Amino acid sequence: MEAFKTFASTAMPIDIPNCDTDQIIPARFLRRAKTDPDYHRYMFHDLRFDADGVEKDFVFNKPVYRKAEILVADINWGCGSSRENAVDAMTANGIKSVIAPSFGDIHYSNCIQNGVLPIQLSAEDCAALRAQLRESPGAEIAIDLDAQSLTGPDQATYDFDIKAFDKYRLLNGLDDVQLTREFDAKINAFESGYKADNSWAY
Amino acid sequence: MGKTLFEKIWERHVITEREDGDVLLYIDRHMTHDMHFRLFGQLKEQGLSIRNPDQLYATPDHSMPTTARTLADIPPGEMYDAVSVLAQSADELGFHHYPMTDDRHGIVHVVGPEQGITLPGLTLVCGDSHTSTHGALGCLAFGIGSTEVMHVMATQTLWQRKPRAMRITVTGTLGHGVSGKDVILAVIRKISAAGGTGYAIEFAGSAIEAMSMEGRMTVCNMAIEAGARSGLIAPDDKTIDYCKGRPHAPTGAKWDAAVDYWKTLPSDPDAVFDKEVTLDGDAIAPMVTWGNSPQYSLAVDEAAPDPALESDPIVRAEMAAALDYMDMKPGMRLSELSVDTVFIGACTNSRIEDMRAAAAVAKGRHAKARTLVVPGSGLVKKQAEAEGLDKIFMEAGMEWREPGCSMCIAVNGDMLAPGERAASTSNRNFRGRQGPGSRTHLVSPAMAAAAAVTGRFTDVRDLMEPDLIEKE
Repeated sequence: MEAFKTFASTAMPIDIPNCDTDQIIPARFLRRAKTDPDYHRYMFHDLRFDADGVEKDFVFNKPVYRKAEILVADINWGCGSSRENAVDAMTANGIKSVIAPSFGDIHYSNCIQNGVLPIQLSAEDCAALRAQLRESPGAEIAIDLDAQSLTGPDQATYDFDIKAFDKYRLLNGLDDVQLTREFDAKINAFESGYKADNSWAY
Repeated sequence: MGKTLFEKIWERHVITEREDGDVLLYIDRHMTHDMHFRLFGQLKEQGLSIRNPDQLYATPDHSMPTTARTLADIPPGEMYDAVSVLAQSADELGFHHYPMTDDRHGIVHVVGPEQGITLPGLTLVCGDSHTSTHGALGCLAFGIGSTEVMHVMATQTLWQRKPRAMRITVTGTLGHGVSGKDVILAVIRKISAAGGTGYAIEFAGSAIEAMSMEGRMTVCNMAIEAGARSGLIAPDDKTIDYCKGRPHAPTGAKWDAAVDYWKTLPSDPDAVFDKEVTLDGDAIAPMVTWGNSPQYSLAVDEAAPDPALESDPIVRAEMAAALDYMDMKPGMRLSELSVDTVFIGACTNSRIEDMRAAAAVAKGRHAKARTLVVPGSGLVKKQAEAEGLDKIFMEAGMEWREPGCSMCIAVNGDMLAPGERAASTSNRNFRGRQGPGSRTHLVSPAMAAAAAVTGRFTDVRDLMEPDLIEKE
């Protein structure tokens, strides 16, 4: 996994409260391989394209956002299905961070697992950022994970919280399974004790 | 201080704790299905193997047409690949697998409890958000993403952050015609689709205690629709009776040891919850959702809300967009809406009790809308047929299908046409969930059957024998 670096990018406002992962990637694309060259088209597919594949009037289709690497969303972003394909669709479009007032729990973990930074700000701050982005399409947000802060189009600084370990993993691009390997001895010891104590379950 | 049911199970599974409080949790049971078929190749590429194949249980559920009985009945393509790769991987890697031709196959969240894979006091995960279902047995169960699925396959563990504790108490007695589905829709309406985010929810109270195991599974199934990864219900005599004799349940002295442990699991009287919510069970009516989030539901006799009366501009816009998408108007009665299709099934409502509830309404009546009845497993199908329920459905002009997820997620060919309106016993009314442009209203099995036989949303209590209602 690639290490997360400080960066600035055009940010795209997504004014959809409770934007579920079915919107981010419809279920009929879930069996596709990540290597599918069309994968990027599956993100927000049904909001972006009509039945004939013609682009609809949706923020994601606006040329000014073609290179956006940041989304500013609304409450409960990524709720619903556990599909990690939602994050795959985001990374296929170069999205590196989502700023929202709240996240679906499973989607939040899926972001961390794939090097995408979920940033939680208050609903007011997110609404203010989206308003700025709507007023100045193409405006940039700068994100510094190490300092846990971002700079909005208004040049104001917004601090955010993140679990120390999530931050460490993102900054170092670490993979969970490799990390857990270091605990093999502990897992083995726990497992034999646990199974002896709970033989009814095995 | 006393402990909650959740804490008791959690603490028993902690291998180690990191400085930031995250723990490495031991996973007793891992379930998987066909949609993760690509992971087996990735596992190989990364040089990983399945650490405990005996703790991994698989069944195909998403990708089978509900007319297919064997793999050969699935046309070549993605659906076939998903089901066949899962079967081949099971052969190769040695994990449990219930293939399409085995009566024990079905929707993973129906199969787990049915086979005794799900038991009180265990940890169970699956790459599917509705894994919360298994919590109805007092099992700590939650959905995970595919990277986490591979992590569990490789290590039998997961790094987890301890959620906060919420207890939702449903008091009183549910009225006749009111089911677990109506309870959970009322709960989500009250606390919102994000109200449970960051929490593990324990459901309690007299209405939950009086509920069947099937009803409890319906309630826990939709904990995720309130944002909570897991929903739990304390194991009681009903739970113990349900588990007894199941193929993977312990027997003899091991059974006795299990029961002794399970009896220690209910939350202590002095356990403290971070949040407590109470609902009056007597006041819950049959529910119908009207919007594109499960939080937007109405009692069947209520009128559609008016966004103009909503003060929050974002919620106002969301409500207006939902009414527009659903082709509804503020103040409209649900009974004014005619339905095109009725779907009775999904991990929410495809167990034997659900089939019986739908059949009781369908009996002697005729469907006015296309109706698909899809049992949750081969065993549910067999049981329903032994009770003659299949004949009741077919005589009512409904279609009796092979088990699977079917029209809940619409990746098996069962779907709505654009603009079609469905009464559905599934758990998600998201835009396009049942096919692009589909309009989904979530209801209980009895309410779905009532919509089928009247062609519109109808209070199922009006179709029930009056003396039955009085007796309750």
